[in-house]
Amino acid sequence: MIDKLDSSLRFHQEALNLRARRQEILSVNIAHADTPNFKARDFDFGSRLTQAVERGRQSASMTMATTSSRHLPGEAHATDEADLMYRTPTQSSIDGNTVEMDVERVNFADNAMRYEANLTVLSSKIKSLLSAVQ
Amino acid sequence: MPFSNNSLGIFDIAGSAMTAQSQRMNVTASNLANADSVTGPDSQPYRARQVVFEMAPSGGQDIGGVRVARVIEDPSPMRLVHDPKNPNANADGYVALSNVNVVEEMVNMISASRSYQANVEVLNTAKTMMLKTLTLGQ
Repeated sequence: MIDKLDSSLRFHQEALNLRARRQEILSVNIAHADTPNFKARDFDFGSRLTQAVERGRQSASMTMATTSSRHLPGEAHATDEADLMYRTPTQSSIDGNTVEMDVERVNFADNAMRYEANLTVLSSKIKSLLSAVQ
Repeated sequence: MPFSNNSLGIFDIAGSAMTAQSQRMNVTASNLANADSVTGPDSQPYRARQVVFEMAPSGGQDIGGVRVARVIEDPSPMRLVHDPKNPNANADGYVALSNVNVVEEMVNMISASRSYQANVEVLNTAKTMMLKTLTLGQ
């Protein structure tokens, strides 16, 4: 039962998580608009979401094998920085900075809107689940 | 969660950028105020200063906030003005004034203010998102 509840919300959870992460990356790009030699970065939301839903978020991490139920689980989280890609600037700047404020701002606003849309959908899903259990 | 216990949340990043930009604005203000200074405390004409931004490293991750790496002095030559009446004039009657380029500083100031505004907007958006997340399921 709890398992079903979890699986019905899991997709939205992963999507929200990735949206928040992307928002953070985009805010870094905006913050570094004047830093010399800074390269703007981003990731492909679609492929990352597919990966997270299909294989789980911890796919890149390593877990210790446990041979007894009393063993403590050990886990090493791999950072996901390797998946970050560099943006190709349409206009290069003389100080090596590849942040294009218009692109970043559009992506930032778009991502924020999609995050909120995701929240709305998740909220209505929780409401319908709640009305089902009442 | 990306917002709170992660050491580099959006609030930290945008906050560090705002601090750095306001520092840049401060240096610009100093340059503009001293555009016509003839002598400083070291009896040399004022040299224009510029801040250099760099990425603040954060726990082995590739992304992080902004910080001011150092403040450099403009090495360009001083502005020489012919004014034999000035007590600071040299033997040829020239006075060395500061090498501040006022037009450049104005552009710098506008750029800093725009960047600051962009970061304020980032902060506001992040705040709205977070508040909305807090009402999830209500």
